Amino acid sequence: MNLKGKDVISIRDFSKEDILFVLERALYFDRNKTSDHLKDHVMATLFFEPSTRTRLSFETAMSQIGGKVITFDDVKASSIAKGESLHDTIKMIEGYCDVIIVRHPKEGSARYVAEVASVPVVNAGDGANQHPTQTFTDLFTLQKELGDIGKVRIGFVGDLKYGRTVHSLALALAKFGLPLIFISPESLKMPDDLIDELKNIGVKIKETESIEDVASELNVLYVTRIQKERFSDLLEYERVRNAYQIDGKLVEAFSHLKIMHPLPRINEILPEVDKLKNAIYFKQAHNGVPTRKAIISLVLGR
Amino acid sequence: MKDKKTMEIPAIDYGTVIDHIPAEVTIQAMEILSEAFHNYTATFGTNFPSKRLGKKGFIKIEGTVLSQQEANKIAIIAPKATLNLIKDGKVIKKSTLELPESITGILKCPNPECITNHEPADTNFKVLNEEPLLIRCHYCERALKRTDLMFR
Repeated sequence: MNLKGKDVISIRDFSKEDILFVLERALYFDRNKTSDHLKDHVMATLFFEPSTRTRLSFETAMSQIGGKVITFDDVKASSIAKGESLHDTIKMIEGYCDVIIVRHPKEGSARYVAEVASVPVVNAGDGANQHPTQTFTDLFTLQKELGDIGKVRIGFVGDLKYGRTVHSLALALAKFGLPLIFISPESLKMPDDLIDELKNIGVKIKETESIEDVASELNVLYVTRIQKERFSDLLEYERVRNAYQIDGKLVEAFSHLKIMHPLPRINEILPEVDKLKNAIYFKQAHNGVPTRKAIISLVLGR
Repeated sequence: MKDKKTMEIPAIDYGTVIDHIPAEVTIQAMEILSEAFHNYTATFGTNFPSKRLGKKGFIKIEGTVLSQQEANKIAIIAPKATLNLIKDGKVIKKSTLELPESITGILKCPNPECITNHEPADTNFKVLNEEPLLIRCHYCERALKRTDLMFR
């Protein structure tokens, strides 16, 4: 397997073998925190919309393996504000760096940037579409916590209609032939075309509105934030929000469950859950560092 | 209008006839192929009676032979149209159009948030399924059905 010179744009581009290869590399970096793998290499982080954790975790990853980071995260202060096209911005920046990390609000922007740039491009989120390094981080967390992705019995809960992390992780796990359970109110169900895509791959799918109904079949509960602004009926929002509040009582009743969340969380997991061993969402966020080290070093062939 | 004969489209000696285009998309098919025949004499017809389609349209281009690949550009709207190549007034080759594996430049992505609607990128769609039609935008990755299609 050789990812040198490749772009990391969408989980759809990766086979099961590719994924396992990246995870093996992430495990190496998890055990070897600092190195000089990317000495004399420069990573440009181009964030056309704000992000804290993704940008920081990329920057930490690059610094700990000996590389340097150049960045602009204030669009107002850059030439974008003067009307420069994305195309021209990329053509300029590719001359300054060895790898580009891009987050942009438009869907498909990372694919476009990758076609324009002569250096490898890593997608750090293109609108509602893809966020592959988050997906690799989630997969690495599952592998680390359960020992083997094949053992994962995951249930996704919350906003499954708009949640790109759910869409992407579900697609990745489908490549491993795992059954998937989706827990959501009727109004926030997984999109039909995605359900069709998963079924076409041969995935066994169960959809329900209740966590309790399926909790015994699961070992991981992947919780997502339900966004208030998606609801036209705020009473419906209130009902739904309370229906999926993960509290200490629920976690104790299903003590075999590990709780994941892509963060930020609002109130869908109560703070009392944080101290329980089931809560692995902060570890999950920290796993972004070795995972991103793996991805950057692999595309740079180091 | 002297007699019925003048109403008929004259036969061509050398060229291309694309037949069995659903009547309602004939004009769209002409637009898509306009680049291929812009230097040649071409005739179009629509709403002709057809056993297979009810009403059909056709495009005749004189003096040039379209490649299957060029003709396939209209397969997205006329998947069962036929391509006839004419030489010395006779049909020398007849084939049914086929959807290409990917469709470049003809369609517009209907997702307003797709980068192709904001930067000068050519659109590109991968054909996932022919019937019912399902294609995926190479950029924003949205899956689209026939009813979602928009032309550039």
